[in-house]
Amino acid sequence: MSLISWGMYPKIKNQKFSLRDTKTLHEYISNSDEFIPFGNGRSYGDSAINENILHTKPYNNFLDFDEQNGVLTCQAGVLLSEILDSVVKRGWFLKVTPGTKLITLGGAIASDVHGKNHHIEGCFSECVEEFTIMLSNGEIQTCKKGDELFQATCGGMGLTGVILEAKISLKPINSRFIKQTTIKTKNLKETFEAFENNKELPYSVAWIDCLAKDENIGKCLLMVGDFADDGDLEYKSKKKLSIPFNFPSFALNTLSVKAFNWLYYAKAKEGISKQKIGIDTFFYPLDSIGNWNRIYGKNGFTQYQFILPKEHSFTGLQEILAKISDSGKGSFLAVLKLYGKANENYLSFPMEGYSLALDFKIEDGLFELLESLDEIVVKYGGRIYLTKDVRVSKETFEQGYPNVNKFREFRKENKMDKKLQSLQSKRVQI
Amino acid sequence: MSYVLIIGAKSDIAKEVARVYAKNGYNLYLAARESPALEDLKQDIEVRSGVEVRLKEFDITAYETHEKFYTELEEKPLGAIVVSGYMAEQKLAQKDWNETLNTINVNYTGAVSILNIIANDFEQERRGFIVGVSSVAGDRGRKANYIYGSAKAAFTTYLSGLRNRLYESGVNVLTVKPGFVNTKMTQHLELPEKLTAEPEDVANDIYNAQQSGRNVIYTKSIWMFVMLIIKHIPEFIFKKMSI
Repeated sequence: MSLISWGMYPKIKNQKFSLRDTKTLHEYISNSDEFIPFGNGRSYGDSAINENILHTKPYNNFLDFDEQNGVLTCQAGVLLSEILDSVVKRGWFLKVTPGTKLITLGGAIASDVHGKNHHIEGCFSECVEEFTIMLSNGEIQTCKKGDELFQATCGGMGLTGVILEAKISLKPINSRFIKQTTIKTKNLKETFEAFENNKELPYSVAWIDCLAKDENIGKCLLMVGDFADDGDLEYKSKKKLSIPFNFPSFALNTLSVKAFNWLYYAKAKEGISKQKIGIDTFFYPLDSIGNWNRIYGKNGFTQYQFILPKEHSFTGLQEILAKISDSGKGSFLAVLKLYGKANENYLSFPMEGYSLALDFKIEDGLFELLESLDEIVVKYGGRIYLTKDVRVSKETFEQGYPNVNKFREFRKENKMDKKLQSLQSKRVQI
Repeated sequence: MSYVLIIGAKSDIAKEVARVYAKNGYNLYLAARESPALEDLKQDIEVRSGVEVRLKEFDITAYETHEKFYTELEEKPLGAIVVSGYMAEQKLAQKDWNETLNTINVNYTGAVSILNIIANDFEQERRGFIVGVSSVAGDRGRKANYIYGSAKAAFTTYLSGLRNRLYESGVNVLTVKPGFVNTKMTQHLELPEKLTAEPEDVANDIYNAQQSGRNVIYTKSIWMFVMLIIKHIPEFIFKKMSI
């Protein structure tokens, strides 16, 4: 049974080894020519795909929880969902969480993930106090913020070693509910204004209708919110539905996406409305549908996520949205998000500005379209998110990441560059 | 708060079962032969769920120790879950009597020995639940693993009788028949994705079925249909098949 990523593309044959203890891991590393760590398979593209895969999820014990101060230590295979099951009822929550809780702690560090509060709290690495990692020579090191190994590993796509344990700090909460405000806008200008007007709220994200044309380009539903304060911490994670098989690939076409977008947009009230919703509904809307990736059919899909610096975000997004709308290629989900300042990590994705993420099913002509979007991203000084990517060229990638050579040198100096490789790392040569 | 006793606590399935019960607020007795992995699991569960976990030295084939083991539990458990299992490789077991005997003893004799004791207590107290993890392999003997399968078949039959006996005392007995499960025990095998469950899914199935008082479950549930077909193939055809 070969492992595939969330986008179900590419599909290659691979050999899996399960991480269960450091002794067998050491042997595995010594005996491997080349491998890549793989957590819960939620990165979209080929960043955790290779012929030899180290499956880290079985390495998933909780080690320590300082309940007074909200400091948790776990092995790297623990899922964020398991952390929530454990800590929410005790009044704690993740400082930074992406839009799915079904990722491993190690994966969260390797992708230096971010969430709806990036403009306030930054990336996941902000909450990582320290972690231990097995390097390609089998040595185990502990590192902290400020260490070069920390800077290279957070966002380093698993290419610096195998993360074993991490100590993270949590944030106190007093409710399992979020007070959400939904703002419906008519175009990109209104959308940007709404983001800026609400930027002191911790959480914000917008859902953009990519198929809107002309003066409607950039119309969105912006959801902003913060935790309620009602003392109710009786959290039980939501039961999930599941999509048991791949949809036929024609199921998702322009018409069906249009209908979906229309329904989604229409169901929201005009202007501003308020709701009180649970953690799962607010942070992880898609996790309640298991295997939602199957709706794109068996050929798979990719997510195109780029970020543009703030000064060019408006112009660049308008250009890109117009291009997507003209192409008629359906994107089921288009998520727009405001970001705060970039961090020091070599390959972390966020920078101050706006990012857009869109799903596309894999089909003829798609990569050509994405390459033409790349040109616009590069023109405005933006970059592509490796965790979502399956096709970006070395040249496009490099132009967005000024620290890429520091990363390459660090890998070479520490003899990581041969042993730890993914299809992606070979493509963009990192 | 009540304790649940997990017999054979070292397997991947048992580990997830323990986590699920702890998540739902049960304290645990984890019974198995001593090992550092169990210490790690105890720590994991206590940190995760804040329940109490007590490790109990237990050897399922040391039948003479079972009575004492059970009597010495500080507080009688609210439920008992037998997860112990040993799958000898068929070809090896055919030639090596000790392998065969161990398969029978771990999967059947030992389980019966401890469950007899627990059942007597639960029956008298008129409370408690029993879960036995058997296997789809017990539904029909196949040349690929009939030694293991026949021990599980005996265990399934035992559980069925026990359920019948304890019904009047209000003690429910759940028989669990997992198909392929992605564990240490099977990591060298090529398992078909659609028929293979993750240990945490099996554990959730067990918890939900036990809580709702079910009698027999297959996990993944598709195995009910698979086994329905396999059980109904006429013997004169079945004996020629390799499945």
